[in-house]
Amino acid sequence: MEGLTLSEAEQRYYCDLFAYCDTESTKKVASNGRVLELFRAAQLPNDVVMQIMELCGATRLGYFGRSQFYIALKLVAVAQSGLPLRVESLNTVKDLPLPRFVVSKNEQESRHTALYSSDADNPASYSGVIPPPPGRIQVKKGSVSHDAVQQRTSTDQQESTSPVVSPQQSPPTSPHTWRKHSRHPSGGNNERPLAGPGPFWAPFSEAQPGSSTSSDPIWSGHSPPPHQENWVSFADTPPTSALLAMHPASVQDQTTVRTVASATTTNEIRRQSSSYDDPWKITDEQRQYYVNQFKTIQPDLNGFIPGSAAKEFFTKSKLPILELSHIWELSDFDKDGALTLDEFCAAFHLVVARKNGYDLPEKLPESLMPKLIDLEDSTVGEQTGEVGYSSSPAEAPPSKSPSMPSLNQTWPELNQSSEQWETFSERSSSSQTLTQFDSNIAPADPDTAIVHPVPIRMTPSKIHMQEMELKRTGSDHTNPTSPLLVKPPDLPEENKMSSSVKYTPGNTVTDGYSSSDSYTSDPEQIGSSVTRQRSHSGTSPDNTAPPPPPPRPHPSHSRSSSLDMNRSFSVTPGQQQAGVVAYPPAVPPRPQPSQGAGPHVHRPVDAEGLIAHTSTSPQQIPEQPNFADFSQFEVFAASAVNKEEEDEIETHSEVLQVEKPSDSASSLRVAKADGRVEEKSSANVPSSAGKGTTPLAPPPKPIRRRLKSEDELRPEAEEHTQKTGVIAAVLASQPSIPRSVGKDKKAIQASIRRNKETNTVLARLNSELQQQLKDVLEERISLEVQLEQLRPFSHL
Amino acid sequence: MAVCVAVIAKENYPLYIRSVPTENELKFHYTVHTSLDVVDEKISAMGKALVDQRELYLGLLYPTEDYKVYGYVTNSKVKFVMVVDSSNTALRDNEIRSMFRKLHNSYTDIMCNPFYNPGDRIHSRAFDNMVNSMMMQVC
Repeated sequence: MEGLTLSEAEQRYYCDLFAYCDTESTKKVASNGRVLELFRAAQLPNDVVMQIMELCGATRLGYFGRSQFYIALKLVAVAQSGLPLRVESLNTVKDLPLPRFVVSKNEQESRHTALYSSDADNPASYSGVIPPPPGRIQVKKGSVSHDAVQQRTSTDQQESTSPVVSPQQSPPTSPHTWRKHSRHPSGGNNERPLAGPGPFWAPFSEAQPGSSTSSDPIWSGHSPPPHQENWVSFADTPPTSALLAMHPASVQDQTTVRTVASATTTNEIRRQSSSYDDPWKITDEQRQYYVNQFKTIQPDLNGFIPGSAAKEFFTKSKLPILELSHIWELSDFDKDGALTLDEFCAAFHLVVARKNGYDLPEKLPESLMPKLIDLEDSTVGEQTGEVGYSSSPAEAPPSKSPSMPSLNQTWPELNQSSEQWETFSERSSSSQTLTQFDSNIAPADPDTAIVHPVPIRMTPSKIHMQEMELKRTGSDHTNPTSPLLVKPPDLPEENKMSSSVKYTPGNTVTDGYSSSDSYTSDPEQIGSSVTRQRSHSGTSPDNTAPPPPPPRPHPSHSRSSSLDMNRSFSVTPGQQQAGVVAYPPAVPPRPQPSQGAGPHVHRPVDAEGLIAHTSTSPQQIPEQPNFADFSQFEVFAASAVNKEEEDEIETHSEVLQVEKPSDSASSLRVAKADGRVEEKSSANVPSSAGKGTTPLAPPPKPIRRRLKSEDELRPEAEEHTQKTGVIAAVLASQPSIPRSVGKDKKAIQASIRRNKETNTVLARLNSELQQQLKDVLEERISLEVQLEQLRPFSHL
Repeated sequence: MAVCVAVIAKENYPLYIRSVPTENELKFHYTVHTSLDVVDEKISAMGKALVDQRELYLGLLYPTEDYKVYGYVTNSKVKFVMVVDSSNTALRDNEIRSMFRKLHNSYTDIMCNPFYNPGDRIHSRAFDNMVNSMMMQVC
């Protein structure tokens, strides 16, 4: 282990590395952190690293002394060359290449390596790397130094070998370049640059022969990488410029580079700190390069490059036209077909980035916006942050001068104003859409159509009858009506649906109703009447409440049978009041097998039965007592009204379980029946509604009908039969089931089955009728309100 | 919001056509093609006057049951055709005009691009974004 002999190059290299690791300037011990980083950069397996450390004695000592460090480096070289790690190999292996450290942090080392190797192999070629156009080189070196500084300052460890090089040529990893350099020292001059990250410019350089251009490509090739660390890779190519600030005492040729480096170091650091996270930032060197290129096309820095010239220039980059077109779109900020210096630099930067494999952004990065790039102003970074607004193209700055801080500040204002203007326009359009949307809503919603009376055909007479019935019941209506009032929107729609389905024949009934016109014309009054009903129930007497479901009495009116039923229901006012709740329950039992014949009789009987069961809750529907009603109905069936009532009863029998709304509806119907003996039409409506709502409804109706002239009922019943024809058909299919208990279970079961079928049908019908009833009741309420309004006048 | 936007060259071949993807695109292509006749008709009707005096915005070319077709022609006889959904009653004439104006501006921006050869299909991303902004927002 001792007695390590190092070549001169190795000696220097190791010395530099040690100095690098010697962060504490102890000159004796290399900091473990740095050493470890170095070893990591060597890209050796961990076990190898551990082995090296053990071999060099650092583990034993606990620190890396100079000798240990040198030994470790030598071992790294041995390992990298593939030789087994042996203590003996330290001195035995000849011509061992210098250890290569790949990580960006070790770029310096790699550069050192390259540097030293180049020195060792061919100082001439080494110097040859630097030479080409001195001016450019200086700039290049500056960039390299910039990289070095960045490497030092940046905490990111990046693969320096991940050069953002276009895949066209070999990646300019330091080892590669170094190798190339060492192998072809003489040819390294040109090769290295070409091998650098900027290979794509090789063809470009063909147009501009000379190493000057070759150096430029390399440099530009490295420029783009979004991360500053990528500059490192660029720095690889000119290995000569590796050391830079590291060792001022390095090769003589580096002095120029170093001076440049030192000069730009502070700038770079400052710039870097200000724009650390900006991947698209153009460095000074890049900027300078771009400017120089700009000058070749347009000597006047304040002038424009016409589109054609720019097209030719960028076409040389061999990028696809589509991408070039996109780059142009991004970079031509003012869309004038010409490039200013800033725009040109941005375009160039994007081209370089694309060449190196970076995807083009959708929007121009803020750092590339024309106004943000400032050559001389080192504080551009701050301005970048200030002015770097969204890339939405704003008005072109009044002047295209590259360095106009004042303009830069006006840009954001322009941006903001334009954006605000755009947003305003959008808002206005959206508001327009909003208003239009509202206008669309209004007519579409029938419930609100009360404001705009919908010319729905209605049967006012029915409504009036309903109102009268409602009034008769007085406060009792409130209960039943309130639920209706609560659900005004549903009823009209439901009524519409049901009416459209089944109650077409009911249209004929509407003819008999006179006040239809008045009704249609006074939807608001109806609404007010409804509201008045609400007031009856204790709610606010405000008549401005939106009129509930627009007068939709048509469907409800079409159910003349409902009116009949209502009339029939309103046998006894008092009972009806109580029966309001009980009606629904009474209906369900109707479809019972024994009710095969019962339905016919139901109606006359139901009234009484319902009355008797008014107090019963809906849950009592299936109770036996209801059956008793049917027997009563059977008695009534004998009445002349049977013929008319049959249909209604059938419909009622079809109605099964009654829900609350149906209960209320039926109750309303009953109430109506009480008050409206003379209003058959209105009875029809509730009757039809009652059909769908409550089975109890039918019972009172027959009774009511008997109260009224049967003649009136008959025509209505006929119409009603038409509507209920469908229902009747269902019932007709069901044979009356003998009530004899003595029948076999089969008969009973069969009857049960049939009854269930009828139940379902009736349930459906019931729901529909309930809806219609609700509508009718509401209309009735509104009409009642109207009547009340008119009443005072009558008194006067 | 348009359901289809098309840019037709002077020689009446499409430079750019984009439809709402859910619809049958071929139907819109056909619609745009047939609308060209109406455009030519309108152009020739005003042909007597100088081209400069001609209104660029042609207005509603023809309505169909499901949609309406609007037209716009530039002074270089480049036509913009826009198909909007008839059910979208919120669209007013002013809005259509503004949409055409945006189209025209974007088209001129494309023209300024030296890498764009007039007569080529339009592949500009910026143009696509602009058209996307005015297309129907289909979920």
